[in-house]
Amino acid sequence: MRDRPLVAWFAVGCAGIAILPWYALADSIFSSGWLVRGFTGENAPLWWQAWAHGRAWLWPVAALLVACIAWPPRAGGSRRRQANALIVFAAAGFVFTLGQGFAIGPRGWSVDAAAAWFGPITTGQPGMGTGAAMALASFAMLFSLGLARRGAFKGDGFVAGSVVSVTLAVALFTFFPVVRILASAFEDTAGAWSAGAFAQRAFTGKIWGLGCLGGGTRCGVAWNTLALALACATACTALGLAFALIVTRSAFRYKRALRVLSVLPIITPPFVIGLGLILLFGRSGLVNQFLELAFGVVPTRWIYGFQGVLLAQVFAFTPIAFLVLIGVVEGVSPTMEEAAQTLRADRWATFTTVSLPLMRPGLANAFLISFIESIADFGNPIVLGGNFGVLSTEVFFSVVGAQLDQGRAATLGLILLGFALAAFFLQRRALGRRVYTALSGKGDAGLPTPLPDAARRACYAVALPWAALTIVIYAMALAGGFVETWGRDYTPTLRHYVKAFGVEWGAHGLLWTGAAWNSFWTTVRLSAIAAPLTAALGILAAWLITRQRFVGRSAFEFGTMLSFAIPGTVIGVSYILAFNVPPLEITGTAIILVVCNVFRNMPVGVRAGMASMSQIDASLDEASGTLGARGWTTLRTILLPLLRPAIVAALVYSFVRAMTTLSAVIFLVSAEYEWATTYIINRVVNGDYGVAIAYSSVLIVLMVVVIALIGWLVGERRLGRRGAAAPGRGVGQLGGSAA
Amino acid sequence: MAAATIEFDGVVKRYGDVVAVRETAFRVEAGTLTTLLGPSGCGKTTILRLIAGLELPSAGRIRIGGEDVTERSAAERDVSMVFQSYALFPHMTVLENVRYGLTVGRRRTPDADARAREAMGTVGLTGYDERLPSELSGGQQQRVAVARALVLEPAVLLFDEPLSNLDARLRRQMREEIRELQQRLALTVVYVTHDQAEAMAVSDRIIVMNRAVVAQEGTPRELYERPRDAFVAGFMGDANRVRGTLARRDEEIGEVRIGGATLAVPHRGLPDGEVDLAIRPEAIAIGAKDGAPIAGQVKKAAYLGGIVEYTIATGVGDLFAVSLDVARPHAVGAAVGVRIAPQGVVVVPPDAPR
Ligand SMILES: Nc1ncnc2c1ncn2[C@@H]1O[C@H](COP(=O)(O)OP(=O)(O)O)[C@@H](O)[C@H]1O
Ligand SMILES: [Mg+2]
Repeated sequence: MRDRPLVAWFAVGCAGIAILPWYALADSIFSSGWLVRGFTGENAPLWWQAWAHGRAWLWPVAALLVACIAWPPRAGGSRRRQANALIVFAAAGFVFTLGQGFAIGPRGWSVDAAAAWFGPITTGQPGMGTGAAMALASFAMLFSLGLARRGAFKGDGFVAGSVVSVTLAVALFTFFPVVRILASAFEDTAGAWSAGAFAQRAFTGKIWGLGCLGGGTRCGVAWNTLALALACATACTALGLAFALIVTRSAFRYKRALRVLSVLPIITPPFVIGLGLILLFGRSGLVNQFLELAFGVVPTRWIYGFQGVLLAQVFAFTPIAFLVLIGVVEGVSPTMEEAAQTLRADRWATFTTVSLPLMRPGLANAFLISFIESIADFGNPIVLGGNFGVLSTEVFFSVVGAQLDQGRAATLGLILLGFALAAFFLQRRALGRRVYTALSGKGDAGLPTPLPDAARRACYAVALPWAALTIVIYAMALAGGFVETWGRDYTPTLRHYVKAFGVEWGAHGLLWTGAAWNSFWTTVRLSAIAAPLTAALGILAAWLITRQRFVGRSAFEFGTMLSFAIPGTVIGVSYILAFNVPPLEITGTAIILVVCNVFRNMPVGVRAGMASMSQIDASLDEASGTLGARGWTTLRTILLPLLRPAIVAALVYSFVRAMTTLSAVIFLVSAEYEWATTYIINRVVNGDYGVAIAYSSVLIVLMVVVIALIGWLVGERRLGRRGAAAPGRGVGQLGGSAA
Repeated sequence: MAAATIEFDGVVKRYGDVVAVRETAFRVEAGTLTTLLGPSGCGKTTILRLIAGLELPSAGRIRIGGEDVTERSAAERDVSMVFQSYALFPHMTVLENVRYGLTVGRRRTPDADARAREAMGTVGLTGYDERLPSELSGGQQQRVAVARALVLEPAVLLFDEPLSNLDARLRRQMREEIRELQQRLALTVVYVTHDQAEAMAVSDRIIVMNRAVVAQEGTPRELYERPRDAFVAGFMGDANRVRGTLARRDEEIGEVRIGGATLAVPHRGLPDGEVDLAIRPEAIAIGAKDGAPIAGQVKKAAYLGGIVEYTIATGVGDLFAVSLDVARPHAVGAAVGVRIAPQGVVVVPPDAPR
């Protein structure tokens, strides 16, 4: 039973247990430290750990790996029995490797039986390292190859390996953290399971209080969150619809400008709007200063609180609702509207009885996405919330504040997750079994009906001032970086830019003296690492979902999409809970930042991939298959070239999203690996607006350049090809479905 | 509402530089089924949409029931339309679709449900009230579309290639049903198709269109037997086009010479000399070589069950013929004699200059 993939993966496993450090290193595997330090401490590979450091429980790992390749040939002639042996040993190896890691807690064995077998130990063991990771990967792949040999996945090893590895990755980085957050919420301070502890934390006045209704001071943060999200989603959906109708159904002249406006929130760090609002409406904002000067109105702090956060969120998320809705509005078949007209419906009746109901899925989707964006939003509430707390900020203060109460953070996170999942569920229910897309393939080409006059006027009246205000706010946010102190001293200066991005020539060449460089380069580097991983994983998963048939495919699809419904704050907390202790100890490293971004943005890659793959006729794959190509070859030679625009869109999107994300990474950054957005938010919280604004502006400009550059590159490519999705549109749609 | 006439008076429709309908005038009598027939892109749909009020003409007047409706919107005209894609509202049940026109707008009808059910009964859809369009077969969807248009008892009912999304067997059945319905309710129907056989089967009158103008208008028989020009002759069924010489004999009949054959056919006012002729395939009889006016050789023979199709190479060119004589086919390469029946021959005026 020799073939190349099998041998190769066996070799990977051998390298993992024989050469590379089994445990996680204090420094990186890419620094050469472990090579020169010899077999001391965690630098040693598995066999040395087992032999010299008294970790006898590691021996079975090696034994099982060897058994994978040595046993099956002896399992007798039948290929099926050989495959069975391989499956059993590989699975056992994987389970055992993980199991031994989890069986050892910080104070020794957490499983009593193990102590009896391997003798008692008093300390924990370090987190798993490169060697362990390679061994696990090897076991997983050998297991997949075994499955393929048994005829699963039509005997295609590549498909089997892909399904298994994507499943494991999703299990590890999406399901496991969610399970951990669930467990933590139900743990009391001693670490024991207790429903009482959960109830105690979850049902307090601070969360569910209704004081504000009875004239009291405050309501609970859960009600705050819900009220904010509902108001925000309603407003965003209405505004988004108004914009979409203007762009598709009216003779409005600046449609392109509106579309450009819609891209802004994707490339903007989430709190920039909040900043702009402060500069405009804050105590020393322009409007207040003008009012004071002209009419003697005493400035108030009205912008801080529910109304301010709502305003900022509606500004920030309306464009996303717009992007969702425009596709739907464009998709309403003009023939439907013409049919209504020939049935005596005037324009208004046509609009209300046919056009609007056909847009219902889009409206529900826009509402859902704005809702989730709102409950997950961290930046605007922290900048503008004042005394108005919401779940996401509350979660944050539970973890990093003086309270340091992870159980409480987990509980709050769970409530947040509950809201998000409930919203998803309700959306499904609201749409029901009805179909909203036209049925027959062969159609008549009609003309989109212009809006009824009343509707058009309403759209203009609502949307245009709003668009103007958005522009003003952005302009304000950009201008704020070039003055001394907003509100007091409007002398033009580059001081803030120098402070953040200063560069000097020193004795040893270029010196990055600016305070922002560290976080800036970290962000760019890690985002650039995360983007291709996100795109690859997303496209691979999309390919498996759309093109392969296997048991549990819909569960697989659900798993890859799950993180879409999880607010970033919850992801952040759950990652801390899940990956803070051995055997999986990656908090504080760059890995966790990359992983977090990859798995948060992957659903969008999956969606984009699925959308474009469904436009490529499956007969192409089949043709390739009948010509002798297997899974990997077909994917590489047929689909990937056709999918190039989708891939580029996914790349751009994941890069940009990673660059501007805040709610999840704020939990995961460390002194060494700081993120641009967390750096900025810290400046804001300290009242250092100048640098924060300057930094945000740099990010926005950088994003614009990146998007323009890639759009230009892909645009050139597309000229000679037909039928691929327009890249600009792709990015737009991706943004639309992001939460 | 009583069935109404439709009149087009110098109607033109332009889309920018594209002229979709050139100056057109015709009249559709009340209670008749008139077909617009022509190749794809000749402007049939545009004419239908002009009648419905979904497009307004660039010039000219449109009258329905004697009333000038040129500037009226679709909702204000007493016209209903069955769309090629049916355009059923996917978010409404069958019943909701059918009663839509009765419940919307200013003229709410109190017994809308009852009337909708009646219309559904007319098209044989009783009991499908609560189905969604997505749960119906193509033929059933088509019936819903018809019922939805019928329920308003429109003065004019329009069909745009209503059968093009159906399979061949259903197509024949549905066209008979539409014709039967039209005659029973004495509706004025304008029906668009590009299928000559379909047009001939259902129509009282046919308007043949070519490149944005009306090529000829008349009963199916007139168009088949007296096509105005070569385009109409070719579009109304298969025709062999050959050259011959015409010599007038009297007011009506002329003597036409095709190869060795001499036939008496109406000269249609054409001058003596060279003329174009259209010969229907079924008018060509293939028999023994001896004594036949035209000699030929079988070039192709295709057995189609009830008939055999031949292509015969002759001195006047290749002739396409169909024969009912399936029992004794002629082999390819055989030398045969060709006779032409005068009933299947028309002299064709040259195409009108454009
Ligand atoms: N909205 C439009 N804009 C521009 N040209 C059009 C439009 N609608 C139809 N046309 C043109 O008008 C001509 C007639 O179209 P149509 O009436 O749909 O043809 P038919 O139904 O006979 O196939 C075609 O050349 C078509 O391209
Ligand atoms: Mg047409």
